[in-house]
Amino acid sequence: MTTTSDALTTSAIVTGQDKREAARRHGPSRAGWAVYLFLILMALIWLLPLGWSLFTSLRPYADTAKYGYFSLGGTFNVQNYIDAWNQGGFSTYFLNSVIYVVPTVILTLFLASMMAYAVSRYSWTFSLTLLIMFTAGNLLPPQVLATPLFEAFRLLKLPYWVSDSGTLLNTYISVIAVNTAFQIGFCTFVLANFMKALPNELSEAAKVDGAGVWRHYWSIVLPLSRPALAALATLEVIFIYNDFFWPLLFIQSGNRLPVTTAINNLKGEWLTNYNLLAAGAMITVIPTLVIYLLLQRHFIAGLTLGASKG
Amino acid sequence: MPQSLSHVTLNRRQLFAGAGAGALALTLASCTGGSAPSSSGTGSLTFGSNASDPVPKKAYADFVAAFEKKSGDKVTVNTSDHNSFQEKINNYLQGSPDDAFTWFAGYRMRYFAKNDLLGDVSDVWKKVGGNYSDAMKTASTGDDGKQYFVPNYNYPWGYFYRKSVWQEKGYEVPTKWDDLVTLAKKMQADGIIPIQFADKDGWPAMGTFDYINMRLNGYQFHLDLCAHKESWDQDKVKKVFDTWNEVRPYQDPAALGLTWQDAAQKLGNKQAGMYLLGSFVMQQFTDPAVAADIGFFEFPEIAMEGQTALEAPIDGLCLSKKGADSQAAKDMLAFMGTGEGQLAYWKADPSNIMTAKDADTSSYSDFTKMLGQVIAKAGHISQFFDRDALPAMASNVMIPALQNFTKSGTIDLANMESQAKQLYSQQ
Amino acid sequence: MTAIPTDTVAAESVPEAQEPPARRRRLRQLSRGDKVVLAIMIAIPTLIQALLIWIPTVASVFLSFTKWNGLSITNLRFAGLDNYLYILKDYPPFWPAVLHNVIWLVFLAVIATPLGLLLAVLLDRPLRGTRLYQSFFFVPVMLSLALIGVIWQLFYSQDNGLLNNLLGTAGSSHAVDWFGDSRVNLWAALIAATWRHAGYIMILYLAGLKGVDPSLREAAALDGANGAQTFFRVVFPVMRPTNIIVVVITIIEALRAFDIVWIINGGTNGLELLSALVVRNLVGEGQVIGIGSSLAVVLLVISLVPIVFYLVRTFGKEARE
Repeated sequence: MTTTSDALTTSAIVTGQDKREAARRHGPSRAGWAVYLFLILMALIWLLPLGWSLFTSLRPYADTAKYGYFSLGGTFNVQNYIDAWNQGGFSTYFLNSVIYVVPTVILTLFLASMMAYAVSRYSWTFSLTLLIMFTAGNLLPPQVLATPLFEAFRLLKLPYWVSDSGTLLNTYISVIAVNTAFQIGFCTFVLANFMKALPNELSEAAKVDGAGVWRHYWSIVLPLSRPALAALATLEVIFIYNDFFWPLLFIQSGNRLPVTTAINNLKGEWLTNYNLLAAGAMITVIPTLVIYLLLQRHFIAGLTLGASKG
Repeated sequence: MPQSLSHVTLNRRQLFAGAGAGALALTLASCTGGSAPSSSGTGSLTFGSNASDPVPKKAYADFVAAFEKKSGDKVTVNTSDHNSFQEKINNYLQGSPDDAFTWFAGYRMRYFAKNDLLGDVSDVWKKVGGNYSDAMKTASTGDDGKQYFVPNYNYPWGYFYRKSVWQEKGYEVPTKWDDLVTLAKKMQADGIIPIQFADKDGWPAMGTFDYINMRLNGYQFHLDLCAHKESWDQDKVKKVFDTWNEVRPYQDPAALGLTWQDAAQKLGNKQAGMYLLGSFVMQQFTDPAVAADIGFFEFPEIAMEGQTALEAPIDGLCLSKKGADSQAAKDMLAFMGTGEGQLAYWKADPSNIMTAKDADTSSYSDFTKMLGQVIAKAGHISQFFDRDALPAMASNVMIPALQNFTKSGTIDLANMESQAKQLYSQQ
Repeated sequence: MTAIPTDTVAAESVPEAQEPPARRRRLRQLSRGDKVVLAIMIAIPTLIQALLIWIPTVASVFLSFTKWNGLSITNLRFAGLDNYLYILKDYPPFWPAVLHNVIWLVFLAVIATPLGLLLAVLLDRPLRGTRLYQSFFFVPVMLSLALIGVIWQLFYSQDNGLLNNLLGTAGSSHAVDWFGDSRVNLWAALIAATWRHAGYIMILYLAGLKGVDPSLREAAALDGANGAQTFFRVVFPVMRPTNIIVVVITIIEALRAFDIVWIINGGTNGLELLSALVVRNLVGEGQVIGIGSSLAVVLLVISLVPIVFYLVRTFGKEARE
């Protein structure tokens, strides 16, 4: 019985195939038409908002002005997307998003993996305390930190050739630094858990080889942590891309905003042109959709990491 | 670790290493987004503008073009949505503001000058000061006696109406408050919205408050109240709202969902009887036939000082702290101090009155001339509540309080006083 | 978006790992050079955390006892409990904001989270197309709440939105201004938030359910229990670690809600939330640092409850080890 259940459980985590087999062996599943109907209804309702945005974005403003938004009249084309891209300055905003996302994710994972390594592979006095504090830091609402950080950045004087505001405000690095700090807590916890479960033999082998702490970390533990790093990287890219608050707070110049915060300004500018706004929203969604389609499994794994120890 | 991830074969480490080097370079290059300040006296400047509506936007574009032609300097215009520009001004000035930007006279300017966020333009005033009246100079001076503002235009607040509608229905211009109330009753019976009102943006309602306060309690009391030298929790202020309640039933019931632009359209469509707003309302009447049909009368007298007090805000240009280092920016402000510069703006936005003495008023329509005379003969001029009072008081307290009053007709003055006390003490 | 490390010890239902857990090395065993490297590896992240998170948190508490216009530091002065008394008694949006935060929490807890659980339970079966359904429900989780606000704005628009068109009121005077009318906009925003929250919870529970030993269900079925009984008496209790995560996430998401109300109307007129009030006092034209900080401290204190709860549950075992 144990072996069967082992096998069932393990493969169930992977596919669920076996579960279906098991259910079939017990007779047809009672997932009757009621369940199907409910699911179909819910799925349709779920898709309505996005679907409506997509539909609206494909219609020219003149047509919707003539026939109304809730109609099928007129042509369908992607002109709104072209206009939104050109008028909205999306190329700048996407570039900014890249500038914010890439360094943040790399820094976060790098620093978090170092801390996780130190905490999980070695025992020392404050390791647990620090780990707790790191985890807690990520759970705080960011608004709690907003005022002191804003004032601190504003009071920190920098020469004009470094920052054209003369302070740390309105700089890319302000947002990168704060996002990194905010995400390190979560990533440290996840990676620490993961690294704790790595087998012992590798450490022993490295020790025999005379490898120092850094080599052990960089050449052995880090590569072994690839699955966790991949999952976290996917998760973090989405998080930072979607981050609305820190750029809202620290960035004053419109042309330094990332795409997610910029959509707020565009909403004000294109107040009456819903078609353009819908196209702009869809453009913003595209990168997430791409990542979703390609890396969905990683993203989900990231969200549920640590689901089973060992 | 869940087995499901073990099949990942991408070499993340190599990916990271490569990306890491790239990102480091990217970060260093872009860590601040900053480079040399654009205004190092090299004949170029940045100009932040809140003129987001089409008419003023074009007017400033014309002004900038005229300046560029005359001086050879290059101006980069950064336009923001009108309301957001004001809302974000604190952040804006503390971040990387443009060299020059559109702003207003009044306490709203003096407050930022006091807190060292504006550039001193006293030397610009030495050049163009003779072109302004004393009142203008006072309005542009900070608490320390230096100038921080160069006026462009001003405009009166009063009631606008469609003359043809009034002629048809036999309405007469009211000069006393009671006549206004009677007229509103009549208009309602005739099926039009008596008093157009739009307070979605929060600030337009302050116009009514300011006038009733000045007419009931006097100009000085109003200014003292704005500076919180008077308490909100007193009978004089209560009377203002009681008086307002006499006309509140005749205001457009959809007021809280309308912007002033929407309301102006309704006036133009003959759906409303009269509308209290600044003369910039004319920007919305692009049809010359409609524009020619617009009439104006001053806010009626109520109890004190007749109709001598006038709400006529002054708009103009300021320099940011950083902009004070830019000769090009100062030159642009000096250009704004000339009739030539002001005319370049005015031609595209004739709803306002120029402030320079040598401005060429020959193309003023009779209507505009009349508005200019209204301003010239005013005994006292106020700037509008959100420019005369502490910014926090106007935007955090007054806007929600007036929106609530518009909806319900009630106002908690004791609470307004506690809020005011708190806010003014936080400064 | 919160991601909470899901340290679900579904190990309770999954067989223990065969290998012994990696033993951690003592620091004494390391060479001098190694100790330095390790120290640096610890110091840098810790320094960043301290500078950008821990110290600002303390600074928020400190600032809440001061009055300051945020502009020149000489203007900073001590004010005792003034700010707190003010927000508790005189600051008009405070209690509405607290109420809205509570409503937000209750709504998520009673409607959004159970919906996510329901979807997970339904989709955990061997249905046709279960993957497809999961994908549909999951898409909103990938979107930022700000973007969700924009998308639902198109849906809720008074004259042109899909909802009013479906209800047949678009363009008429009966049309409800879903985001503009303070009587309904909180609920409208909550529905948009649920759209996302339910999908998130669904994923968590799907993972949790996968870790439940089917033999437990078989045993219950043999004992004569039907579907619902099996679920509530057997499956649900076994998913305790997941349940804890879900509770904590729901509470924290309710306290963090900011993006969507800010993008709708700046957190005013029916959409006041504590987080939005903090930002209004910081970013708006009326910058009032002391009040904003006292609001932030209120938010902090309330947030500490689920945070401490989560930390105790997660690390409690380890601390005792």
